[in-house]
Amino acid sequence: MPERSFIVNGRQVTVDIDDDVRMLWVLRDVLGVTGPKYGCGINVCKACTSHINGRAFNPCSVPVSKIKPDDEITTIEGLGQPDNLHPMQKAWLEHDVAQCGYCQPGQIMAAVDLVKKVHAEGREVTDADIDTQMRNVCRCGTYYRIRQAIKDGAKQMQGS
Amino acid sequence: MTRKDEAMTSRRSTPEPNASPSAPSADTAADAEQIGAPVTGRRRFLGYLLAGSTVVAAAPLVGSVLDQSKALAGGVPSNPQTSDNYDLSDAIYDAAKPTSDLITVQVHPDGTVSHEMVRTEVGQGVQTAIAMLIAEEMDVPLEKVRVTHADARPELVWNQLTGGSTSIGSQYYPVRVAAAIAKGALLEAAAHKLDLAASELTGQSGKILAPTGQVLSYGELAEEAATLQNKTVQAVLKPESEFKIIGKPTRRVDALDIVTGRKQFVTDFDMPDALPTMVCRPPTINGTVKSVNNAEDVQRMPGVTHVETITTGVAVRARTFGQCIDAIHALDVTWNPGPVAGTSDASIEKELKDAAPPWVLPAIPGTKTFEKEYTFAFTNNAPLEPATAIADVKEDSAEIWGAAKLPITAQADAAKLLGLPISAVKFHVVGSGGSFGRRLFNDGPLDAAEASQKMGAPVRMMWHRADEYRQGRGRPMQVSKIRAHHNGKDVLSLENRFMSVFTDWGHGFGDAAAAMYTRLPGAELAVSEVIFELTAVWPYNMGPTKQLLMETRQATEQPGAPRTRSTFNTGAMRQVYNPNVVAAQELFVDELANELDRDRYEFRRDLAKNEKFRKVIEKVAEAGNWGRSLPKGVAQGIGVHEEYKQYSACLVEVDCRPETVNRKVPGATTGPRVTRAVFVTTVARHLVNPLGAEAQLQGGIMDGISLAQTNSLHLRDGAFLEGSYDDFRYTRQWNVPLDVEVILLPEDPAAEVGGFGEVGVAPTFAAVACAIGAARGTYPDYLPISHNAGIPFEVKPHVPPIPQSPTNGLEHYPAPAKAKGTLHP
Repeated sequence: MPERSFIVNGRQVTVDIDDDVRMLWVLRDVLGVTGPKYGCGINVCKACTSHINGRAFNPCSVPVSKIKPDDEITTIEGLGQPDNLHPMQKAWLEHDVAQCGYCQPGQIMAAVDLVKKVHAEGREVTDADIDTQMRNVCRCGTYYRIRQAIKDGAKQMQGS
Repeated sequence: MTRKDEAMTSRRSTPEPNASPSAPSADTAADAEQIGAPVTGRRRFLGYLLAGSTVVAAAPLVGSVLDQSKALAGGVPSNPQTSDNYDLSDAIYDAAKPTSDLITVQVHPDGTVSHEMVRTEVGQGVQTAIAMLIAEEMDVPLEKVRVTHADARPELVWNQLTGGSTSIGSQYYPVRVAAAIAKGALLEAAAHKLDLAASELTGQSGKILAPTGQVLSYGELAEEAATLQNKTVQAVLKPESEFKIIGKPTRRVDALDIVTGRKQFVTDFDMPDALPTMVCRPPTINGTVKSVNNAEDVQRMPGVTHVETITTGVAVRARTFGQCIDAIHALDVTWNPGPVAGTSDASIEKELKDAAPPWVLPAIPGTKTFEKEYTFAFTNNAPLEPATAIADVKEDSAEIWGAAKLPITAQADAAKLLGLPISAVKFHVVGSGGSFGRRLFNDGPLDAAEASQKMGAPVRMMWHRADEYRQGRGRPMQVSKIRAHHNGKDVLSLENRFMSVFTDWGHGFGDAAAAMYTRLPGAELAVSEVIFELTAVWPYNMGPTKQLLMETRQATEQPGAPRTRSTFNTGAMRQVYNPNVVAAQELFVDELANELDRDRYEFRRDLAKNEKFRKVIEKVAEAGNWGRSLPKGVAQGIGVHEEYKQYSACLVEVDCRPETVNRKVPGATTGPRVTRAVFVTTVARHLVNPLGAEAQLQGGIMDGISLAQTNSLHLRDGAFLEGSYDDFRYTRQWNVPLDVEVILLPEDPAAEVGGFGEVGVAPTFAAVACAIGAARGTYPDYLPISHNAGIPFEVKPHVPPIPQSPTNGLEHYPAPAKAKGTLHP
């Protein structure tokens, strides 16, 4: 089996795994990084949303062979620590967003990416941005609090 | 936004969640008087101190108070319905009474307090609410309370069931009594140590304070307060007027773990030998394996360790789930068709309509008959975490980890399937990534147990998303026929015939014997009739009123079969029959109001069956500004319902103008947009966590919107077409209202306990359906409205049964490459 090396949450890792195994399974089943969740496996539900080199992606739809040795993958575990939370995680706590919690790692990673993108465009996040960019499914229906948390988290990200 | 009603008690008007508990305010008692609640003194209960190395307390349960709301005389009075006085929640509470004394609270030397709850956290917040009860009663900080799941405990018989929005109602007293007894033991131990009377001591923040200034922590008293033998003791509960935690908006105790990715679901467990396992499932519903034609080839594929046929298909075990998916794609299986092969939406709809029992209320001479018929498509529980479990089956024992709402049934069914005695099967309950009824059934644990036994190895079982839609569970197709007689002014009689495909109650209600009873041939419909009778309530005075349920396609399993596979896979999905019952009811009432040339709100208000219905109807109209001027194509709708002791009404505004309906979001089904939702509900006494209640209502509102607009399964030739969330269109951000308002009315002293897990769905569904009808000028008679407007997705193959994962994820974010969504109903 080929060896693949890349960076996960700041740590260089090496795995022995076939080329076409998707990154979600490499993270979860091989490396034991279980923050990214399985909800569909076909880039639809967005429960696995993580970052590669600072931009959001869905590891369920990327074979490990497409990941380069210097690619930096960040999962929810690498976004912030309990004693040093990312502003978006704080906003999620503040608004008590989570219900079952299964989709929330992906929601937070997608929200951080969205806010970074609109801030880079020099503007504030709008409801239209959330409508079109936040495709993440929340079957508990926490969407209303997610919206509030994204807007609050965005303010804190600007200030940080 | 949640607006607290002006008359709201101060207990719930605290704006800041988790504000540090302050001294009990004078307002609290005053408010209790203001709303007419009985100012309860110290309620006393008997409980037990159990022998142990630290304090272990146990407790019994008291019954709930029946809700006797005063009947109103507007309209032609209706006959009382069963659910007016005794409903499903009463039935579950009563069933829970005999054994609840086994609920315990334990104090540990590190100062923490633990409780193994006999309810399952599925996202509804029960873990937080139960921790709040303990923290309140024991005067211990919330963060010192650890609430975990009890394993399946067959001795609990009826009392390990999570369903019907009854968790808080049934646990409110037992948990508090156990906590009070534990605290009492700590006070006694402290009194002994300090040579003072216990009555001189007080508990505060996990410490016992003496008038002498001495302070002892609960932790240091935990062992000294332990008893050597079981003792019966009297518990004195804290008066409600002293509550500092119960009734305060409180954030979830598992929130930090969730937002940091540390909350573990079953498939996250660090058990390296339990390798990923999936099942290649049949192309038709409940089809069976005839032969596996290349098992040996598949077993040699990279990462694959086992290929074994089980009841539900061909199980494959591999190093990663990705390699399971590859193996399923490579498998060559010959299948027998399932029991519903050849059926389609159209054929099932016809069966249901043909099954309608005849009308029985006679036509009254000189009156007009007004009759309507509404069809509701199949849908799916679709929790985001699919069916999962870990199982490790040995020759003479088994251990299973799974998210079960009825762990006793899960354990008994697994034992039967494995040929083991119940005592040889350990079932560990794990919180789940949503349920909505899905975890009443143990499809994940049973697949896992069977695969592990056949493979002789531990397995980490997971259903694919496509499996969930195609072989999973949900509310089946239903048809509601409603007929009224009126004289042009008054409605003189009302009949409702509600036809449903078989609803599976085979899980029983908490113990193995009951589960078996509900599986006796002929028993299923009886159970369905009881549930329907206990939950259906027509809110309006429309003369003699009769609602009847008829179900088709009953299961034909022999008694005791662990799983029903002889018909559709169904079950009690969030709020069971009522989303469709209430949507049909309110559509009918709208259309009847139009027929009688009445304002749709005033018609409801004037015919409200009792003062509580009238109150919520008036309140929602006021808060929602009923009748305000809106552009053509935008309209309001109202939905009304009573369940779980609580009366609720929802008002929505829906924008059906072409520019909105046809708005483009890549890969999205857009359609009408609910721009505003106002939800009003009465609140039974003992609301533990208003913030959690609000969350449940907000979530229920999203369910209601999706049921009205987009959320369904299409049945063709014995199989469901949907295979992903882009096919099965549960509400997404592009259909979320930007304005959602939840109004909790003051606690209703006549209703002792309520529940919020389901109550948001039905009134919202009804309100959205009505608003769409009003905006368009034509009321829908088939829901969701998009169902017959075409198939807006590419149907994924049924052989292999699950789609392969794409490889272009780096190029496509956030919309997948194949996203389609040209349907804008």
